[in-house]
Amino acid sequence: MPSEKMLMRGSHVVGEAAVRAGCRFYAGYPITPQNELPEYLSKRMVEVGGAFIQGESEIASINMVLGAASVGVRAMTSSSSPGIALKQEGISYMAGQELPGVIINMMRGGPGLGNISPSGADYFQATRGGGNGDYRTPVLAPAGCQELVHLTFDAFDLADKYKTPVVLLGDGLLGQVMEPVVFPDPIDVGTLPKKEWALTGCKGRDPRALFSMLLNVDDLYRHVLHLQEKYDAITAKEQRWETAMTEDADLLVVAYGTPARIAESAIEELRSEGIKAGLFRPITLWPFPSTPLRNLAAQIGKVAVFELSMGQMLEDVILAVGDRAEIYFHGVPGGVIPTPSNVAHFFRSALNGDGKLGRRIET
Amino acid sequence: MVENGAKGKVEIDEERCKGCQLCIQVCPSHRLKVNGNLNKKGYMAIHFDEEVKEGEKGCTGCAQCATVCPEVAIEVYRAK
Amino acid sequence: MTAETAYKKVFGRPESLKDAYTHYCPGCGHSIAHRLVAECLDELGLREKTIGVPPVGCAVLAYNYFNFDMVEAPHGRALAVATGIKRASPENFVLSYQGDGDLAAIGTAETIHAANRGEEISAVFINNAIYGMTGGQMAPTTLLGQSATTAPGGRDAKLHGRPIDISIMLSHCDGVAYIERCSLASPKHIRRAKNAIKKCFQVQIDHLGFAMVELLSPCPTNWKLSPKDAWAWVNEVMVKTYPLGVIKDTTGYDEDKK
Repeated sequence: MPSEKMLMRGSHVVGEAAVRAGCRFYAGYPITPQNELPEYLSKRMVEVGGAFIQGESEIASINMVLGAASVGVRAMTSSSSPGIALKQEGISYMAGQELPGVIINMMRGGPGLGNISPSGADYFQATRGGGNGDYRTPVLAPAGCQELVHLTFDAFDLADKYKTPVVLLGDGLLGQVMEPVVFPDPIDVGTLPKKEWALTGCKGRDPRALFSMLLNVDDLYRHVLHLQEKYDAITAKEQRWETAMTEDADLLVVAYGTPARIAESAIEELRSEGIKAGLFRPITLWPFPSTPLRNLAAQIGKVAVFELSMGQMLEDVILAVGDRAEIYFHGVPGGVIPTPSNVAHFFRSALNGDGKLGRRIET
Repeated sequence: MVENGAKGKVEIDEERCKGCQLCIQVCPSHRLKVNGNLNKKGYMAIHFDEEVKEGEKGCTGCAQCATVCPEVAIEVYRAK
Repeated sequence: MTAETAYKKVFGRPESLKDAYTHYCPGCGHSIAHRLVAECLDELGLREKTIGVPPVGCAVLAYNYFNFDMVEAPHGRALAVATGIKRASPENFVLSYQGDGDLAAIGTAETIHAANRGEEISAVFINNAIYGMTGGQMAPTTLLGQSATTAPGGRDAKLHGRPIDISIMLSHCDGVAYIERCSLASPKHIRRAKNAIKKCFQVQIDHLGFAMVELLSPCPTNWKLSPKDAWAWVNEVMVKTYPLGVIKDTTGYDEDKK
């Protein structure tokens, strides 16, 4: 039976969802705005017989996750932007070794130490990968706490299914906001599919080795092609997105995460004035839902991209849409959270093409 | 009854040997020699000399050679 | 061919070591250390529950030589990876095997904290005072005056800083039950090293905390010495900066011998 409805902070929500999804290992280092997550798990993880460890750094933490993942346990770490930067090496190794794991980033202002306010400026880091080599990680972007629950379950499932690290991308707003949520039943960890590749001690079988180093160039060539086949399969099967009010729209707004909710409020403001805007909300940022976006954009003819960065998702929109539609962009960095009115102003400006807020992107 | 009256003998995998000569250094009976032939990898492998000449000591099976061999190329046997 | 019944084999390859040709240089300490680790695992019956973490360094391919489960770690991170393994799967026997760069340069934080927390992990530390795999650069344990490609003319305290004694540093951590420094440069030292490794493993079996064996290891290639002279360098020069012996022991194992 699902749980009763409860009011919970985003950082706690993801911790509870992870535990119910069968996560039995957490390692992390405190960093605002997600400290409540390790604090929650320091108690909850122990309650379910899992392992919690406050690592001495974000680097140590991702490596502890690598170790736990290698023995077949559902493992997770979390941090915020500058801490996620530290984890890139570990993520690249896990991708090369084909180890599952979940990395939660509650984004904050950057670059560098930045500030502790919400931002979307790690989109490139998450979707292009800050680690070395040819790899991708699925990136899931919830827009609210209830969605965070089921995307946390999805993250662990995707990680295990495709043997890959998965990034769950939130921001400081999501980490701190309190919303009503309902949790599904906890998964019985014993019923999860057995991992035939995991290190368990070599009793009764040949020893296993997990590694990403392949000195022979033909071996590494083949391995990278194999990883790409996996990424192609994920791209074909695992895209997620949502649309709202697009059937009669004159303007297609593209936004993800909590900014998409601000955009939704702005769209409602416009609709009340008779202006017909609709929303395309990517939920997987990688694989980016290019084809559905392209089709809708071509139909509608005008796209307004809004995000909390200087134009990172914008590049995926440009790649998907090209010159099939006019593209307008408004980015708000630095931890500033614009009001729905401000964003509505940008949407009106895009529709009118008057350049008052935001700018037209040349394609 | 064992030949040469030696208490022990060793078998060296000459293809595994890398010619480091650490075994020669530690053998108290001086039974290990470089025989001058190169193995397939191009190392001058060490050879166990079973023939105990007048005044020489036979292998005692002390296993000092195997203890220091980095390649585990030496197996040691002792007379029962 | 001798009649087999006349002899019994007293020394052979341990089961925990694969029958593989290694890439290690002639006279390299790694090969000996691998064998000692393997012998100890065999004697303690641990092979089938062991999970090992190799370094980035000359022993990066250790999973081709050790006959048990292993997972690669990024450079320096072996003890963090080992921590994750042991905490997620405490019934396994977890060992790390690292060189001086891995353990005492890039991995210093992970090393100190795993040791300080008292993680039930057995650490093998190969100290050859040089960076072997990358061609002879200065290591954190390169001796003052010792030549390295990034310290031409010899390590100078002012220019290059001083060598580190990580074993002494770790001995101050409460979570550490046992640290001993041994050498691989003579049969007697090798036998002593094996006893130390076995004791180090026993600490994990008995849940006493973190244990480490530092092994002074010859690197003939990068020291530019013959294997025989490399041994002499360990026994006469290296031990002056890194003296052999028990650095910390709270196990109580050898109380009866005192």
